[in-house]
Amino acid sequence: MNRINKKLQEDKKLLSIYFTAGFPHIDDTVTIIQNLEKSGVDMIEIGLPFSDPLADGPTIQDSSKKALQNGMTSELLFEQLKDIRNTVSIPLIIMGYFNPILQYGVEAFCKKCKAIGIDGLIIPDLPVDIYHSEYKSTFENYGLKNIFLITPQTSDERIHYIDSVSDGFIYMVSSASTTGAKSGFGNIQTDYFERISTMNLKNPQIVGFGISNKDTFNQATKFAKGAIIGSAFIKHLKENTIEDLNSFILPILNKH
Amino acid sequence: MSYNINEKGYYGDFGGAYIPEMLYPNIEELRENYLKITSEPSFQEEFHQLLKDYVGRPSPLYFAKRLSEKYNTKIYLKREDLNHTGAHKVNNTIGQILLAKRLGKTRIIAETGAGQHGVATATVCALMGIECVVYMGEVDIARQAPNVARMKMLGAKVVPAISGSRTLKDATNEAMRDWINNPVDTHYIVGSVVGPHPYPDMVARFQAVVSKEIKNQLLEKEGSEDPNYLIACVGGGSNAAGTYYHYLDNENVKIIAVEAAGKGVETGESAATMVLGNEGIIHGSKTLLMQTKDGQITEPYSISAGLDYPGVGPMHANLYKTGRAEFIAIKDDEAMKAGMQLSKLEGIIPAIETSHALAVFETKKFKPEDIVVVNLSGRGDKDLQNYIDYFKL
Ligand SMILES: Cc1ncc(COP(=O)(O)O)c(C=O)c1O
Repeated sequence: MNRINKKLQEDKKLLSIYFTAGFPHIDDTVTIIQNLEKSGVDMIEIGLPFSDPLADGPTIQDSSKKALQNGMTSELLFEQLKDIRNTVSIPLIIMGYFNPILQYGVEAFCKKCKAIGIDGLIIPDLPVDIYHSEYKSTFENYGLKNIFLITPQTSDERIHYIDSVSDGFIYMVSSASTTGAKSGFGNIQTDYFERISTMNLKNPQIVGFGISNKDTFNQATKFAKGAIIGSAFIKHLKENTIEDLNSFILPILNKH
Repeated sequence: MSYNINEKGYYGDFGGAYIPEMLYPNIEELRENYLKITSEPSFQEEFHQLLKDYVGRPSPLYFAKRLSEKYNTKIYLKREDLNHTGAHKVNNTIGQILLAKRLGKTRIIAETGAGQHGVATATVCALMGIECVVYMGEVDIARQAPNVARMKMLGAKVVPAISGSRTLKDATNEAMRDWINNPVDTHYIVGSVVGPHPYPDMVARFQAVVSKEIKNQLLEKEGSEDPNYLIACVGGGSNAAGTYYHYLDNENVKIIAVEAAGKGVETGESAATMVLGNEGIIHGSKTLLMQTKDGQITEPYSISAGLDYPGVGPMHANLYKTGRAEFIAIKDDEAMKAGMQLSKLEGIIPAIETSHALAVFETKKFKPEDIVVVNLSGRGDKDLQNYIDYFKL
């Protein structure tokens, strides 16, 4: 069974962390992943940086820009990750925009992911319709889960369609926003989380965008299976060493 | 074979809507409604009334006698520079503001490069009394100062885009991010035939009035609707799309598209997408774009802010790939010279974007009996400082 599906069966709320590969320093990728696992993180999204990250706010724009200046590429990321499965066993997902993957070659990219032990992909600008008609079989041939986003604006009909195409989890974007734009949740979010939780979807949901600490993690996971932290973690990386991830992660997991 | 869009939103291999899910409801709302709304008689009536009384259409098709003598061929200039606000851009913004109103939108956002689209958007927002926010690269704000002032006078808020090369690409990114953050009340008036489907088709349809008029005007002046050549400059490609639209599938009419070579296609400072680009995705559309081997979009360069874009609309990518259009890359210096020449020969100071199209006559020879129509996409007022600096006027 794919590591993502297995992880989702665990009887706990899951904490997933996003970071941009190549940030703050080009060679930090493996250390960050290893230290996140040691801190007790359940799943990791490794961001493949892109020059024009449309769905991202200033924090991830900056980390992406820095990572590219540092020299990060798809090829280099694969090289860095080639032995990652010797030391890390939690699910690993690559999150990146479609153009770099298209240039690498979708099939070649998937093949490389499988060889390394990547479990899934999140490609925000590859819509479910195009994935379904053009790329689904390629992803499946290489055992990769493709994770789709839904937002408070997504219609029930479309959510059911996305649920039917998904096998893993649904990435539930907390509000109509780019990453890192809003922090904290209001009634709109709570209503939305609750509405989705009553839809009887076959895939569990993991909430992302706007989660930055223990409070927002707890709010988001009241109805959902887990939550993803991105921008707030990138900010932590800016101000701390990559050896010191516990001070960010442990309070969220109630482990201090 | 048709060179127009198919029912799936593609021109050949190019087009589509590669957008994050956050934008799906906005784009879907447009896709479902744009043809329905724009074909309503009341829409058409209001659109054409405004084009006539407010924009000043039809724009003249002017036989450029002295320019024709110089190049020994028959050159007509389609005078989009005479439109209200000084360029073709307003044809599209009139159409989109009427659409936005019918969709119940109360806030408008736009990106702009040269500032012509920003001004045209600010203008129609003032006309309709709707809030307007325009994103513009910091570099472009500096080189197109008169247009920034015009937008402010028209009541728009101009927000500098400070990421990337701080030009048109980055302004477009910022506008899309704004739309993600304001999905319900806001309409994004895209300024060219770029972006996710249905934008390329919608903008092309609003600009198609240009070729419709050319047909009537040529029939009257030359006894035939068909010129031998159509020439237009291509940034994203909206003035070109309008010029070609009603001739796309009429292969008796040859199509020439002019890109900005910047300092030269091999210098690394260029915006010649066809020469330097390959297939990929930019701003939600599969098209040709300038990028690294790793799929990072590269920073373009052109002296002209309106052509300083690393991609091109999917219609044009298809015209290139199929060979339907001939693409010519014109350098900064060649364009500036052509702009000066038109001023001296015809008493018309063109926008620097347009000057690129005019420079074609130096590189390509036409027959004396050829009828060549050039889209004079905009006037040069906004570029005066650039002309002053370049020619030390
Ligand atoms: C006068 C003029 N011509 C041409 C362009 C290029 O745009 P497009 O290729 O969409 O016509 C611009 C853009 O700002 C412009 O202002």
